[in-house]
Amino acid sequence: MPVVIDANSELKKDRDIAGKTADFIDYLFLSLLALIFLCPLVILLLSAFKTTQELFFNPFGLPKQFSFEIFARVWNRAHFNIYFANSVMISVASLILLLVTASLAAYGLGRFKFRMNNLIFIFFLAGIMIPMRLGILPLFILMKNLSLLDKSLSLILTYAASGLPMSVFILTGFFKNIPFELSDAARVDGCSELQILNRIMLPLTRPALATVTIVNFVPWWNDFFFPLLFIKSDQLKTIPLGMTVFFGEYMTDWSMLFAGMVMASIPLLILYLLMSKQFISGLTAGAVKG
Amino acid sequence: MRRWLARHIYVAFILPGLLLYGVFMVYPLLSAMVYSVFRWDGLLRSGFAGLENFKTVLTGVAYQPRFWGALGHNAIFFAFTLTLQTTIGLYLAVQLTKERKGTAAFQTIYFIPYTLSMVVVGFLWLQLLNPTWGAIPRGLRTLGLAGWVHPWLGDTGTALITVILVNFWRWVGFPVLVFKAGLQSIPKELREAAAVDGATKTRLFRYITLPLLIPTIMMMSIMTFIWDFNAFDLIFVMQGSSGNPHYATDVLATLFYRTAFGDSTTGGAAGEIGIASAIAVLMFIIIGIASCFGIRLMQKKEVEY
Repeated sequence: MPVVIDANSELKKDRDIAGKTADFIDYLFLSLLALIFLCPLVILLLSAFKTTQELFFNPFGLPKQFSFEIFARVWNRAHFNIYFANSVMISVASLILLLVTASLAAYGLGRFKFRMNNLIFIFFLAGIMIPMRLGILPLFILMKNLSLLDKSLSLILTYAASGLPMSVFILTGFFKNIPFELSDAARVDGCSELQILNRIMLPLTRPALATVTIVNFVPWWNDFFFPLLFIKSDQLKTIPLGMTVFFGEYMTDWSMLFAGMVMASIPLLILYLLMSKQFISGLTAGAVKG
Repeated sequence: MRRWLARHIYVAFILPGLLLYGVFMVYPLLSAMVYSVFRWDGLLRSGFAGLENFKTVLTGVAYQPRFWGALGHNAIFFAFTLTLQTTIGLYLAVQLTKERKGTAAFQTIYFIPYTLSMVVVGFLWLQLLNPTWGAIPRGLRTLGLAGWVHPWLGDTGTALITVILVNFWRWVGFPVLVFKAGLQSIPKELREAAAVDGATKTRLFRYITLPLLIPTIMMMSIMTFIWDFNAFDLIFVMQGSSGNPHYATDVLATLFYRTAFGDSTTGGAAGEIGIASAIAVLMFIIIGIASCFGIRLMQKKEVEY
């Protein structure tokens, strides 16, 4: 019956038009939000290239020239080279300590059956969501008693310890899913337990290790709280803490301020753009089921 | 001994991590509770105090209004953030699962602020919002909207919500990412089957997608709760350790900081360790309840489809 078919196609056309309009509105809204999100960042970036005078008379336009000299000034004069080196050193050292201790512990928990296994696993799990900051006072006194205050090691130990629960959780799950035939075969061939871990297990867990790295690296790199309390000497400050010194010193030199902010933000931004896949899987681990 | 170790080799594997975690995380967290029931003289413990410190925090003249005020601000912080992230954030996540031009670019834009340090975020927005030279007031004046200009961060009525919005700007990319991953983990067949059965888009979302996304939304809400009841960096950077103006943005963590380490603005000395620990324990209880829910959710993550 042609009439019915007609009515149907009319209905379909209506729905298509409605769908397209809805799509357009969605697009518009997404763009508007993107603009709101991007504006502060663009102002930040452009301001870094402007002189203080330019900033005052021309806050929104393009800078007269793109000179990178200001960044060199921030890097050398404002001690950013020192802060940057400290941030890198502390994050990398914490990461090594965490990856070694967490993968060993996860291997023990994931591949061996013993009476206390589940209890120890739950003990680790309990720390997953408790922010370590709540124990800052006893931790501060502990560091003081160990004479670790105002030493990088205090931050390294704190970061590695706070990263353990989540890392053990992720890695144990991973180790459990590797077929036991693999390690049994290696054992028959005369591999020691450490060799099995080193040569067979760790290469297989590379994706999980990447996840653990990202999950921890971002908050450590940006951490402000623990350096604020543990570190006093300027020579040992990390970027976020150094920023506050820098802001105090150059309160009126706006171009320096903005250049400093850009320089503090570039490393993680580049890391994200290069490894967005690992970022996404790392940061969503644990929050999404499956 | 060697033979015992050979049979129990896992002990050697687990021990280093267990020690590190035990000494530098579990011990401090548990000690905070012990600290809270003692009287302190500077950094020295002077005698058992029972629940006296808690009584001071909850009812003492100097602390009571600060504590309840800070707790209220944390609750407002959480309520606003949660509402915004499960509406705007969820909407963005749904939009970003659609395959069309620009999706990747949109996602990158929403996520970039999350990679910034709170110190940068705080200083950037302090500059942008400054009533005299900030870009936002100046932009408004150029547009002839000078009447809209307001000292948002300096007015007790608007300071907290301004900080909440700045925090949201930095934060929302993360829940969007998590919601998107959650949406993508829902099997396509389910939605296709319902679509074949004639379900409209709205009904598809309401009856198929949303129920399956609830665990992810719950998990995200718990994480947000823990973060927001622990908020410190942004407020410290933007509004100082006493949550200016006149404690309008004071939260539990800044109150704790002032009590424990002295207020740098007033030149306060060693601080009140017992009372600060009591505040930490109260925060611990609030956050601990939430995280218990979180861990239970994590353990029964396997939901049948």
